[in-house]
Amino acid sequence: MTAGVIRPMVGRDSQFFWDGTAVGELRIQRCNACGALRFPPGPTCVECGKFDRGHVVAAGTGTVFSYVVHRYPPVPGKELPIVIALIDLDEGVRMVGEVVDVADTEIEIGMPLRVDYRRIDDDLTLPIWRLDTPRASATRRPEETR
Amino acid sequence: MTAANGLSGRAAIAGIGATEFSKESGRSELQLSVEAVQDALADCGLTVDDVDGLTTFTMDTSSEIAVARELGMKEMRFFSRINYGGGAACATVQQAAMAIATGVADVVVCYRGFNERSESRFGQFSVAAATQVNTNGLDNAWSYPMGLGTPAATVAMQATRYMYEYGATSEDFGRVAVADRRHAATNPHAFFYGRPITLEDHQSSRMIVDPLHLLDCCQESDGAVALVVVSAERAADLKQPPAYITAAAQGSGADQFVMTSYYRSDIGIPEMGVVGRELWRQSGLGPADMQMGILYDHFTPYVLMQLEELGFCGRGEAPGFVADGRIEVDGAFPLNTHGGQLGEAYIHGMNGIAEGVRQIRGTSVNPVAGVSHLVVTAGTGVPTSGLVLSA
Repeated sequence: MTAGVIRPMVGRDSQFFWDGTAVGELRIQRCNACGALRFPPGPTCVECGKFDRGHVVAAGTGTVFSYVVHRYPPVPGKELPIVIALIDLDEGVRMVGEVVDVADTEIEIGMPLRVDYRRIDDDLTLPIWRLDTPRASATRRPEETR
Repeated sequence: MTAANGLSGRAAIAGIGATEFSKESGRSELQLSVEAVQDALADCGLTVDDVDGLTTFTMDTSSEIAVARELGMKEMRFFSRINYGGGAACATVQQAAMAIATGVADVVVCYRGFNERSESRFGQFSVAAATQVNTNGLDNAWSYPMGLGTPAATVAMQATRYMYEYGATSEDFGRVAVADRRHAATNPHAFFYGRPITLEDHQSSRMIVDPLHLLDCCQESDGAVALVVVSAERAADLKQPPAYITAAAQGSGADQFVMTSYYRSDIGIPEMGVVGRELWRQSGLGPADMQMGILYDHFTPYVLMQLEELGFCGRGEAPGFVADGRIEVDGAFPLNTHGGQLGEAYIHGMNGIAEGVRQIRGTSVNPVAGVSHLVVTAGTGVPTSGLVLSA
């Protein structure tokens, strides 16, 4: 156990996600019955109500939907400030992630990001995000995405 | 008052009580709650022997039975707790009103007491929230390990998006803080009594989590508040003018999380829209019938978003709504006349309900003329609740 790191609670419905990050895969729950994607995962498909779930491996690309620069108070295991974003994945789901190697004045809504992985120890690998080269999908305005 | 449904006008808040609000109470959380309950009973002229029910927050560390023991209550017929942090505030009163309207209980006291500054500080990064063994802990696995785990940070994520979508500015948020601190400045019970701020003070206060400045964030406080709820008929015979509970509602939105409802296409706080629609349905009233409001203000951006969800203005229009002192005590729609949680104290919204009662009674230190109806809300960003109180 690495001291000072906030470890995720992991259950039967989320184990597959953390097994994925450990091998460099960003996994999104996919309903085997209807194909609907879901994040965060859960036991049910909220589209069709079935419990028949698998997953797809995300391309690992997305855009900034929103972000914060956390300066205070201290966060266990982090050296502040840190940039944390809500990322719209190209597959259509959204997740929270730390954006690394970006200046706090540089981050903007709509910026393209690409996933990377930070191995904490044998039990935990966190997905992290870095600025990516501009892509067509990264120039969408909110009125076009809603 | 005619009942538009089974609850409207059936019960009233007859008594209010509190401890002093401080940064270090020097006594146990249980003692604080018991002191507040005793104070609330004395306020309305009832005794412990009259009380047959207690309600509080799931988060409160003092159980109903512990409070009942310290009060010397013999028996209790009704006890209930509401989950989701500060979202519980108005729902503790809803529980009491429903129990009274159905005859399940006669006198219910709602309480909340904590040493939230001198003991467990809510503003800090909560490892406990990330490790709780339940679905809330599992939900937090998608934010806390990534470094997003303080209340300010979770709200800042919403604020950034709100600014982007609607062109709101930090100054718009600051106007809420300026109004709160103006009201606190004339409230001897407020921690920030005698210390108003300017918009420039707000803008120059240090950044906590961009885009939130220090003065966008409420205080951490020690203290307790209690509210005595009885039937409308009984309230009319007690010492104080009743604050009738014209509506009492809870709300949870689609794809709801605790502080991190980030996965719905339009994020925001639609759960407060659920509360608002139910308040207006129960009461037969609407925003135009409210003379003022007590809107939960742990962080300023959510006050703007609440005005929109409750229907006081359209989506994205709150920055204009709060301009030009409109939400100050001499404005057209005063908010948080006790100073709010930024100015008076952070007692998880319960001190705001008490201020609503004082405005109905005409005993607020910042009285608003001619208040016949007002709206009170509970914690935002979480499943929440609200009240319409009437003279």
